[in-house]
Amino acid sequence: MTWVWSNLDFIWDRTLDHLLVSVPPIILSFLIAVPLGWLAHRYRVSRGIILTVVGLFYAVPSLPLFIVLPFIVGTSVRSPLNLIIALTLYGVALLVRVVADGLESVDREVRQSATAVGFSARSQFWQVELPLAGPVLLAGLRVVAVSTVSLATVGAVIGAQSLGSLFTDGFQRGIQSEIMAGIVATVALALILDGILVLLGRMIMPWTRPQAAVVRRAAELKRVAA
Amino acid sequence: MIEFRSVTKRFADGTVAVDNFNLVLPSRKTTVLVGTSGSGKTTLLRMINRMVDPTSGTVEIDGADIGTLEPVKLRRGIGYVMQNSGLLPHRKVIDNVATVPMLRGLTRKKAREDALLLLDTVGLDRSLADRYPSQLSGGQQQRVGVARGLAVNPNILLMDEPFGAVDPIVRAELQQELLRLQRELDKTVVFVTHDIDEAFLLGDQVAILRTGGKIAQVGTPAEILANPADEFVATFVGAERGKRSLHLENHGHGDVLVDGDGRLAGVLVGAPTTQDKAGPASGPGASAPGVEPR
Ligand SMILES: Nc1ncnc2c1ncn2[C@@H]1O[C@H](COP(=O)(O)OP(=O)(O)O)[C@@H](O)[C@H]1O
Ligand SMILES: [Mg+2]
Repeated sequence: MTWVWSNLDFIWDRTLDHLLVSVPPIILSFLIAVPLGWLAHRYRVSRGIILTVVGLFYAVPSLPLFIVLPFIVGTSVRSPLNLIIALTLYGVALLVRVVADGLESVDREVRQSATAVGFSARSQFWQVELPLAGPVLLAGLRVVAVSTVSLATVGAVIGAQSLGSLFTDGFQRGIQSEIMAGIVATVALALILDGILVLLGRMIMPWTRPQAAVVRRAAELKRVAA
Repeated sequence: MIEFRSVTKRFADGTVAVDNFNLVLPSRKTTVLVGTSGSGKTTLLRMINRMVDPTSGTVEIDGADIGTLEPVKLRRGIGYVMQNSGLLPHRKVIDNVATVPMLRGLTRKKAREDALLLLDTVGLDRSLADRYPSQLSGGQQQRVGVARGLAVNPNILLMDEPFGAVDPIVRAELQQELLRLQRELDKTVVFVTHDIDEAFLLGDQVAILRTGGKIAQVGTPAEILANPADEFVATFVGAERGKRSLHLENHGHGDVLVDGDGRLAGVLVGAPTTQDKAGPASGPGASAPGVEPR
């Protein structure tokens, strides 16, 4: 434990490194997956093609990808950009199907009634289908957040700094508590990001918690009774 | 006026939902399309706002072929109410009602003000405005659906079994409410139902459909009831037996009306009245105001 107290700065810096390589991929993969997922949802032909390609992508092992990618995109192996691109690809691979399924999950009646009252295809997507796919998207995004945070540690093996560096460094120098600190910090980071997503979801999608009104009404009743 | 001219709809899978359909739906009247499930009612209704386009034939509104109109714009000018209200679950009641006016470019503030007035119109308490649809009863949801349908003050209101999923008491309430609204607002209403009682209660003109969107008979409720075109219609409206075939019986103290099942239906009072189009006079109890049809 003494190692932890005397290296708080180091742990904090690696945490920041970790955030730097894991938060952008979470956001980017969502932004990229929405149009692709929409395409997959919209046309039967593109659905087959997109979901197959994207599914194959997920089968590529991470370590070789980290090493091969720089040759393809021209970054250095240790560059955070390399890691960000790789993690984004994994995120996209997972989220495209989620987006397609989420859009699919929107109630047919609601969709038809939106058409009936005069939503154009575009406004219907942005104002009806995407928001209503929200709970499914959020569930997928949470998986991506947690898996990205954990995958990002692998970057340490090729020398990209992250909380994974605490494992590699700890192993090399035989410091047990450094390895432990790395594990605990990674899990904590994943949980925090997950919690933020849940809170964001509640804020953006207040209709997903109808209990809220019940709680409010109960509170009102109490006030009246008092 | 809405006019169907030789309209046929064949779906991609070969189903002929509507076959050579011809009908004129007069303005400011309620036309009810009634028939069993699968008789093409929804398809017909959706051809009026171009959610379905005919395979052949034309649909005209006030003489203009709607096939030449832009669908989205057309729909924004026509009210649509459907069975399970079709409300947007992620928007509050008030925003559901304000949706279409805002699509048409009204400011949010103005649209919400108008929406509050519409809640009054359909008999909903304003305190429900900030609820989500899932926090309302089925009957309340349907009222919101009607308010939304009226939000752009359309000339035409399309209603697809709007009261089909609520319990009988609420349904009766909503039916009366619609009759009241229709007296006040004077819309051209196209109402779809499989319930002949509802059709006779609400319709100025009733079209009874067979499978394939074929008209078995069209006319006022009284015309159909008094003179069913054929066996199919007679059976459908239940004219030959049950509660619609009333006869007089003398019980010594005076005449009473008895239905086909032998149940006491009421008494005959005064002379038949026929002028009130929206009232029960055009319904099954037309010649016997003392008779309660249910
Ligand atoms: N999109 C569609 N594709 C194929 N068949 C359809 C479609 N919509 C309706 N149908 C068929 O057309 C017929 C009439 O349907 P519909 O108009 O919904 O009847 P109703 O509203 O009277 O129950 C039914 O046989 C139905 O299965
Ligand atoms: Mg139908």
